[in-house]
Amino acid sequence: MSIDAIIGPAPAPPLARQPEEPLLKVEGVHTYYGKSHILDGVSLEVGRGEVVGLLGRNGVGKSTTLKAIAGLVHPSQGEVLFEGSSIVHLPPHRVARVGIAYVPEERRIFPLLTVLENLRTGLDRGGITKARKTELLDKVYAYFPVLAERRNQAGGTLSGGEQQMLAIARAMMLEPKIILLDEPTEGLMPRMVSQILEIIGVLRGEGVAVLLVEQNVPLTLEASRRIYFIEKGVVRHHALASELQVNDPVIHQYLGV
Amino acid sequence: MEIPLDQILIQTINGIVTGMILALVASGLTLIFGIMDVVNFAHGELFMLGAYVGVLTLAATGDFWIALIVATLAIALLGALIYLTTLRPLIGRDPLTTILATFGVSLVLQNFALWQFGPVARKIQEPITGHFQLFYLDYPYYRLAIAGLAAAIIGGLWLFLKFGTYGIWIRATTQDRVMAQAMGIPVPWVLTAVFAIGSGMAAASGVLFGPLVGVNSQMGTSWVLRAFIVVVVGGMGSLSGSIAAAIFISLLEAYASLWVSPAQAVIVSFIVLILTLLFRPTGLFVPTAR
Repeated sequence: MSIDAIIGPAPAPPLARQPEEPLLKVEGVHTYYGKSHILDGVSLEVGRGEVVGLLGRNGVGKSTTLKAIAGLVHPSQGEVLFEGSSIVHLPPHRVARVGIAYVPEERRIFPLLTVLENLRTGLDRGGITKARKTELLDKVYAYFPVLAERRNQAGGTLSGGEQQMLAIARAMMLEPKIILLDEPTEGLMPRMVSQILEIIGVLRGEGVAVLLVEQNVPLTLEASRRIYFIEKGVVRHHALASELQVNDPVIHQYLGV
Repeated sequence: MEIPLDQILIQTINGIVTGMILALVASGLTLIFGIMDVVNFAHGELFMLGAYVGVLTLAATGDFWIALIVATLAIALLGALIYLTTLRPLIGRDPLTTILATFGVSLVLQNFALWQFGPVARKIQEPITGHFQLFYLDYPYYRLAIAGLAAAIIGGLWLFLKFGTYGIWIRATTQDRVMAQAMGIPVPWVLTAVFAIGSGMAAASGVLFGPLVGVNSQMGTSWVLRAFIVVVVGGMGSLSGSIAAAIFISLLEAYASLWVSPAQAVIVSFIVLILTLLFRPTGLFVPTAR
């Protein structure tokens, strides 16, 4: 046992503060699917309340990166730190409980549960008061009035856009510190796309971080503070979104066909 | 051949009574199948062991209702243990391995019962001994009580699944196990609990049915066979389908035994099974929108 564990850490001298610890830190994560190497040492960081975009061609490992963070695929090597502690060996339901919500590309609404029951899968957990539950429900119903209208309708009967809203609303029920959003605008009408952008803004306003995987470059540049470019299972480039344009050569290099 | 109306009515009541017990056995089976794709061949032995725990508790306490509760809880616990030791390690393997594993468990339990309790059938004294006049028969009230209790247990399960938080957890896990985990639902715990609930329901059926047939180590075999027919005909994993199919098949068998002996009437169930598999393999009683 270190001396710090016994007497507590020495107070940091003022003015010489450590740079703030990132909320989420992925370090050299490798994953395999059968024999094929999907992630080949992905490393990235997301700060508290920060929106970070993950861009790259299809099949380079963007979705797998999110799944590895959520605990749904197990890295053969590497580390995932959340608020400084390792979560890489936690089962997925424990990962959700520490404050990481996952919105998959296929949305994966529970088709036979009603809209309200879908929300309750994230809402009914230990240590939450009834008043807080009502508050959270009222909040998402205010953001997504259509979900309030359809609260007693089976999730499987919603349209694609409504299912996407429900998937995000359901993730918000966990009161997460970060939401992993996998291609939220895929297959949506343009009006819905701008609504997704709005929702990401709302989340950022509430201090919820977002790790966003997208094909829609303008949306990603507008929503995110920083962008990681991923290729063949590894992060190749990293930039501030404000320094990039939609027709930037960097974007052509990593996304162009 | 002319069938008198009173015989048809008697057989209708008999069919509904057996149908409710069968529905209770089958709903445990279908619940387990629906959530974990495990075809539990040991289900009949949990039914049988439940009846034996009922016999022992009844001998010790003299109270049928205490025996019913103790048997249900004890076998639910046994079910959880079987799940944790035998089935959980097989998650992700070929479904055939779980079938073989539960079949192995059923043989072990059956022979354990034979070893412990011997080949002579034990009797459970029914808690309600009154009769009423049904045409030319003295019909026992207990038979009606069984149907009512089985309906109450199934109704309780339905309410639990429909309205409770744990019910939502169970249904979410049934529909998408991975997403349920990502929503923070403790899926390993849910699977164990469902196996325990299904096992407890089998045990309750065993105790309730014990007074009608006597308790022996083989009694589970014929029931689990019929319960499997019911689960397939009702649509694998569909609770309401299983209940409808249980009553449907029991009524058919009851009517068939007006013409042939009850042993031959079982053939009717197999005909229904074969026709279902040929023409409507998803089940006769599932809504098409599922």
